[in-house]
Amino acid sequence: MEEMRNQILKYLEKNSRADLGELAVLLDSDEVTIANEMAQMEKEKIICGYHTLIDWDKAGVERVNALIEVSVKPQRDKGFDKTAERICNYPEVTAVYLTSGGYDLIVTVEGKTLMEVSRFVSGKLSPIEDVISTTTHFILKKYKDHGTLMFHKNKSERMLVTP
Amino acid sequence: MREPLSKKIVEIKPSGIRKFFDMVSEMPDAISLGVGEPDFDTPWRIREEGIYSLERGRTFYTSNSGLKELKIEIGKYLQRKINVSYDPNSEIIVTVGGSEGIDIALRAMLDPGDEVLIPQPSYVSYLPCTILANGTPVVIPLKEENDFKLTAEELEAAITPKTKLLVLPFPNNPTGAIMTREDLEPVAEVVKKHDLYVLSDEIYSELTYGCDHVSIAALPGMRDRTLVINGFSKGFAMTGWRLGYICGQKHIAEQMLKIHQFAIMCAPTNSQYAAIEGLRNCDDEVQQMRTAYNQRRRYLLHEFGKMGLSCFEPFGAFYVFPSIKEFGMTSEEFATRLLDEEKVAAVPGTAFGECGEGFLRVSYAYSLDDLKEAIGRLGRFVERLRSC
Repeated sequence: MEEMRNQILKYLEKNSRADLGELAVLLDSDEVTIANEMAQMEKEKIICGYHTLIDWDKAGVERVNALIEVSVKPQRDKGFDKTAERICNYPEVTAVYLTSGGYDLIVTVEGKTLMEVSRFVSGKLSPIEDVISTTTHFILKKYKDHGTLMFHKNKSERMLVTP
Repeated sequence: MREPLSKKIVEIKPSGIRKFFDMVSEMPDAISLGVGEPDFDTPWRIREEGIYSLERGRTFYTSNSGLKELKIEIGKYLQRKINVSYDPNSEIIVTVGGSEGIDIALRAMLDPGDEVLIPQPSYVSYLPCTILANGTPVVIPLKEENDFKLTAEELEAAITPKTKLLVLPFPNNPTGAIMTREDLEPVAEVVKKHDLYVLSDEIYSELTYGCDHVSIAALPGMRDRTLVINGFSKGFAMTGWRLGYICGQKHIAEQMLKIHQFAIMCAPTNSQYAAIEGLRNCDDEVQQMRTAYNQRRRYLLHEFGKMGLSCFEPFGAFYVFPSIKEFGMTSEEFATRLLDEEKVAAVPGTAFGECGEGFLRVSYAYSLDDLKEAIGRLGRFVERLRSC
């Protein structure tokens, strides 16, 4: 079962829209088994969500993303958790990671305009007690996101018929 | 003017695939199920190593038999994969694709009149290369009811006092058939009994599904009777790099090396450097490709099942070989009409030998989306044929 679960996860990670019947064929299983396993993994929070990767530029919608390095003063018994969890509460925050290196947290933020993101950093993030400093990097262009290329690759030059 | 050509070459028919290729080339909107090479790009780390070797100025010949480092890695790889050990110094020759291995093996081993047993359907070059090497090809037609495996009985029946060599092309192009240890054992017994040699073309050895590839060279008493051909084209998605290898006992390898030395010199240097990276660090990439092929294989078999198209289950390479006998036309007619009417290119079974009549080679070296589109069209075509 472990093996089947891994196969389901590997497939869904790249294509969460897979049709159950099709998945059953590809993974040499049956629809009921796959549906049960997926439901169980959702319950166990192994599957945490089904998202869609969107190129908002192409959709003509203005979005600004920033990656913010945050230095945090750790707290006795709680380490960085309390501050990190607090930062997670803001809807404009899309990811929060604890990292090794020169900073403690990496926070990604999404807003409609540069101004909006700047205001968030100066008005909400920096003033948080225990946040020592922040460095904001605005994302200018996405080349690859979630393992997917965001630019057009040259068409295959493979010949149509070969032995 | 005198006739410039040798009678031998003029009498050899060009590959049956060529004709089909020309037809398809004039149809830009055709979708193809007709290729014999992976749809994946060569894994990036391999490509990068090739680029780096050029940057380093590694643009010279290598030794005739190939880079020592590469031969050592090939030796380790074969030990790990097929459990046969070859001395990198004297028993491994790096060739220009697996194809060159076929050629130098036949040329090194055949005298005029020696018979070579060639199971068909199989890859297009065994038969002409045998003729070019002055051997006499003897075809063993494989049967669908045996899942296109070679049986000991079929082999026994084809042997004459002149038989010297058996070509063993598994996992098979075009049928996708494989031979398991149990299938190989009786064949090996017949080979030993009649004192034959085996040319085992294992270029698809990385692509087996549900069980690992077994080489006949690994069976008792078979190592020194077998030449193993393999390469990087299929498993590592490196067709254009033209890199393969042939392994066998020193006594034969020494003579093959002479042909390679005089005709080729050495395999491409930057491909050799790139391939070292492939053997050292690409198990994960190869596994990912294998998983994808296996999913597509299941998808095709499932769809053929729904269409009612009869097809044995192949466990190797990236081909399925459905039967089209119910439609009462030749493979070539079927493939030509499929191309004309639905713009789907698939290769007629007869391109791989006369006994491929009644079958179609369908390649699944395509993305699932491409396969879905092509299968939709094939389904429509089959339905139309049945309704009239």
